[in-house]
Amino acid sequence: MDCPVPLRHDHVQLAHGGGGRLMQELIEGVFLPAFGEPTTRHDSAVLATASGRIAMTTDGYVVRPRFFAGGDIGSLAVFGTVNDLAMAGATPRWLSAAFVLEEGLAIAELRRICASMAEAAERCGVTIVTGDTKVVDRGKGDGVFIVTTGIGELPPNLPIVAPAEVRPEDAVLISGDVGRHGMAVMSAREGLGFEASLESDCGPLHEVVAALLEAGLPIHCLRDLTRGGLASALNEIARDGGVDVVVDEAAVGVCDAVRGACEILGLDPFYVACEGRMVAFVPAAQAEEALAVLRAHRSDAACIGRVRARHGDRPGRVSVRGALGAERSLDLLSGEQLPRIC
Amino acid sequence: MKYIDEYRDPELARRYVDVIASLVTQPWQIMEVCGGQTHAIVRFGIDQLLPDEVTLLHGPGCPVCVTPLELIDRALAIAVRPEVTFCSFGDMLRVPGSRDDLLSAKARGADVRIVYSPLDALTIAADNPDRQVVFFAVGFETTAPANAMAVHLARERALDNFSLLVSHVLVPPALEAILASPDRVVDGFLAAGHVCVIMGLAAYLPIAAEHRVPIVATGFEPTDILQGIAMCVRQLEQGRAEVENQYARAIRSDGNPHAVEMIREVFEVVPRKWRGIGEIPASGLVLRSAYRAHDAERRFDVGGIVTEEHAECISGLVLQGIKKPADCPAFGRACTPERPLGATMVSSEGACAAYHRYRGLA
Repeated sequence: MDCPVPLRHDHVQLAHGGGGRLMQELIEGVFLPAFGEPTTRHDSAVLATASGRIAMTTDGYVVRPRFFAGGDIGSLAVFGTVNDLAMAGATPRWLSAAFVLEEGLAIAELRRICASMAEAAERCGVTIVTGDTKVVDRGKGDGVFIVTTGIGELPPNLPIVAPAEVRPEDAVLISGDVGRHGMAVMSAREGLGFEASLESDCGPLHEVVAALLEAGLPIHCLRDLTRGGLASALNEIARDGGVDVVVDEAAVGVCDAVRGACEILGLDPFYVACEGRMVAFVPAAQAEEALAVLRAHRSDAACIGRVRARHGDRPGRVSVRGALGAERSLDLLSGEQLPRIC
Repeated sequence: MKYIDEYRDPELARRYVDVIASLVTQPWQIMEVCGGQTHAIVRFGIDQLLPDEVTLLHGPGCPVCVTPLELIDRALAIAVRPEVTFCSFGDMLRVPGSRDDLLSAKARGADVRIVYSPLDALTIAADNPDRQVVFFAVGFETTAPANAMAVHLARERALDNFSLLVSHVLVPPALEAILASPDRVVDGFLAAGHVCVIMGLAAYLPIAAEHRVPIVATGFEPTDILQGIAMCVRQLEQGRAEVENQYARAIRSDGNPHAVEMIREVFEVVPRKWRGIGEIPASGLVLRSAYRAHDAERRFDVGGIVTEEHAECISGLVLQGIKKPADCPAFGRACTPERPLGATMVSSEGACAAYHRYRGLA
């Protein structure tokens, strides 16, 4: 990456997606230096797996601004997909990366994004083995969109890790504080100019998941907190697992910068996006041990609640026990949170 | 976090609850005026901590809720014009008009933007001289000074492409209307602390005296609200009807004179229709004649707009404290935050929306 092949253009041209020489230049001048030469240049990557089961996931990344405190669209596109693999208990191995570039994007910016992806991939032990490039007319994209697909290998004999495995009395653990990514991006996007430093939590979770599994702990369910934040993740699990979840509000960490920004804007941090946090549902008897594993990775990991049996056949619900002792419902929102008038 | 945690301290809250319990000897109905207070009460379950004698009624102080349907339709009609960049605070965007909302208009191509201050809209106007930039000026006395300042600066800088669609309402006349109602159920008020930060307390003195009703200017955190309730209950039990200031850390009795001066410079007081309640005399603000060139209602002729509220909706009674959200047969069934039938379900600060979000249907 230190000495990339010079390109004829400083900015992305439509022809960079056209399949001709310019596209070859882009691949050889930008993508291969960042992601490495594939074993064979062919229409597909051929991968050898040792395990009988693989996990596969895909995700699109359209964040604006593309660079924000604590991360960028490149690292996000790697960590986000790696984290989805990790939530199934898989060891992330390979990624594909499809780029939709807007005509006029600075090549220097694309290099920066690819360098960030390469660094993130190295950190996660995954290889970017295949990819695609398309270029759309100026004004028809938003700079760069990235779609990554990931494949991970499941350890042999790994029990199923999924919402249906969640049981009443399970403890709900969280791997750290909430709300950083959403507020960092919003602050950068809207130019809100908060004095406090607000950094995204954008980061990988595969190591902490591996540590939980290596400790032999019976993990019932894992879910990373992305759009919609903690509240949406818990609601999905409650609904899919057919259980109620009760959260102790005071146990959920929210740093002062996020809390202050949310107070000013009238937002609830429980619904604000994270990109490097997860919840883990484990049997109450193993909660302390699992929490110790999480805390070895982040000291602000916490036990935030319990699973309860739902009443009858109604869908599972999430509620919060507030600081003053009253319990309130923590439902899915109808749309994105919008800042309030006063 | 400083200035937050101390006002949400469970121990302090319990002590105020004990004080209220020790004071109360008979049933009292106290109305919190502001939607922000309603939101906090339902979110923190403050009403559930109180002794049975004290009932909280949820007042009309949600500006999004009381903005008349025809004004939302007018906003939509202006926003979809090709020359217009329509700017608004976030929570107005999802409020449905008769057929549509601003978010849907945006999705269909209207240039609708969320801003965090009217001055942001002014900057957009300065940067885009070929666009007509309209700011949706919704709110109580709290948002009026900044909106007034935006128009004042627009005139000073000759930004002729900037205008306001004004839907400003005033709190004291609404309290008068609630007290004058033959169905009056309110024994005391918690006035909206931030409104008093701007306007001071003077406007409430004649209301308290004439209607024999205690009015306690109150903040928005749980212990603020509990202390305000305690002060109000103490007055009621002692037969007093005074204006008191619970939110003394922010309110000066004469308010913020600079802000008041800016409001008076730019706006004048007129009768205004409140969604769910109807017209209240001297309860709204419009731009004075010197600033009328920046009035979006005059600038954009969108024709006569006729609207009709849903027959089943009881939001007017909820806004006056006469009914609770759960008294409505449509609550949570025909009427939800996704498909609100009326005023109190449209904004997160409306009483029905707060109950729906934090209490569900149970």
